[in-house]
Amino acid sequence: MTASAQPTLPQTKEPSSARLALTLAVAGLVSGLILVMAYEITQPRIEAHRREALKRAVFEVVPGATKLAKLELQDGTLVTAAEKSEGPSVYAAWSDEAFLGWAVSGEGAGFQDTIRLLWGLTPDGSKVQGMQVIDSRETPGLGDRIYKDADFVAEFKALANDPKPEVVANGQGTAPHHVDGITGATISCKAVVNIINAGNETWRSKLPATPAIQAPSGGQP
Amino acid sequence: MSAPSSPSEAYAEFVKGIWKENPVFVGVLGMCPMLAVTNSAVNALAMASATLFVLLGSSVLVSALRTVIPKQVRITTYIIIIATFVTVADMTLAAAVPAVHKELGAFISLIVVNCLILGRQEAFASKNTLWMAFVDALGMGLGFGFALFCLGASREVLGMGSIFGVSLFGPNYEPWVIMILPPGGFIMLGLIMVVFNWAKFRKGAA
Repeated sequence: MTASAQPTLPQTKEPSSARLALTLAVAGLVSGLILVMAYEITQPRIEAHRREALKRAVFEVVPGATKLAKLELQDGTLVTAAEKSEGPSVYAAWSDEAFLGWAVSGEGAGFQDTIRLLWGLTPDGSKVQGMQVIDSRETPGLGDRIYKDADFVAEFKALANDPKPEVVANGQGTAPHHVDGITGATISCKAVVNIINAGNETWRSKLPATPAIQAPSGGQP
Repeated sequence: MSAPSSPSEAYAEFVKGIWKENPVFVGVLGMCPMLAVTNSAVNALAMASATLFVLLGSSVLVSALRTVIPKQVRITTYIIIIATFVTVADMTLAAAVPAVHKELGAFISLIVVNCLILGRQEAFASKNTLWMAFVDALGMGLGFGFALFCLGASREVLGMGSIFGVSLFGPNYEPWVIMILPPGGFIMLGLIMVVFNWAKFRKGAA
């Protein structure tokens, strides 16, 4: 924006290498500063959204829940986990009066990419009482019916865990551990059930019928 | 400011991006986001706004710095500038509208490599005044958005029977799933380009 009147790039003689390096260094530095600022401003909101989404999912998979606590395993016992802890953890969910069950998360390979799930277990772990897909990139219109198809999601509202849940062809489910699959989304359906089975394997033996800690007051973890 | 810019000149630069030199229908630029995220009207609009923001920001900055940036490293510098704006847009979307951000996924970060944006820096912003660069970016960005919206809306209507998530044809409509899958993107883009070119041809002939 100087007096230069020509509309094209005004350099006529070769700039020194130092000048080139300096230009890039300054650009990188300024860019870095801007990004750090943007990160600082947006990160708290992003974190809050993530926690909010997870909390909503817990309330969804454990019907009637109003309070929850995040627990993690330390030396074989479940203890209250820090909200930001990244280790393997489960959620204990209460209504205003009683302990309602656990919410377990797990992930595994879907048709296209990793599927992340959250599902609710009854206090004794014998039944799945709800399922939510947290993250997936399944095919729109086909595989994504694992969370868009209300009938399929409803299959997990009362699903027996003994024997292990398994996917059967749509309409063929007879036993309490059968999940009616979705035609055209067989792999995605099987992936969901496999993730649940793997998670149950890991967690069921470690979950007591009632958690050692009390329901938190005020509904906050 | 150097080159004098009359309002009509600015207007011409603005309009060309929307119609005569539409980046998608005429330039066939930015096909990756064009095909990938236009399976619904909302996604198309979100992608269009993010692209418009990046295009405006980087065009203005590149134009302002056009005498400072040595031409030997200009592309690298443009990319740094573009990437900065893209990352800011990415974080802002994640903080403001997490649901949309989740739908668009990696395609927000991929705005960096949208050749429309780098193309405008190299072809226009680096050679024109700040005001003209702004007008050009606005026109091109809106033109891109217009194209994305045409594609997104028509694919959503056909593939899901809804627009902005509102059902149009009632529960008996059997969605034409292929329209929201990648092949539908190509088919629809081809059809829209036929219509666009036909309209342009007729206008030219008249």
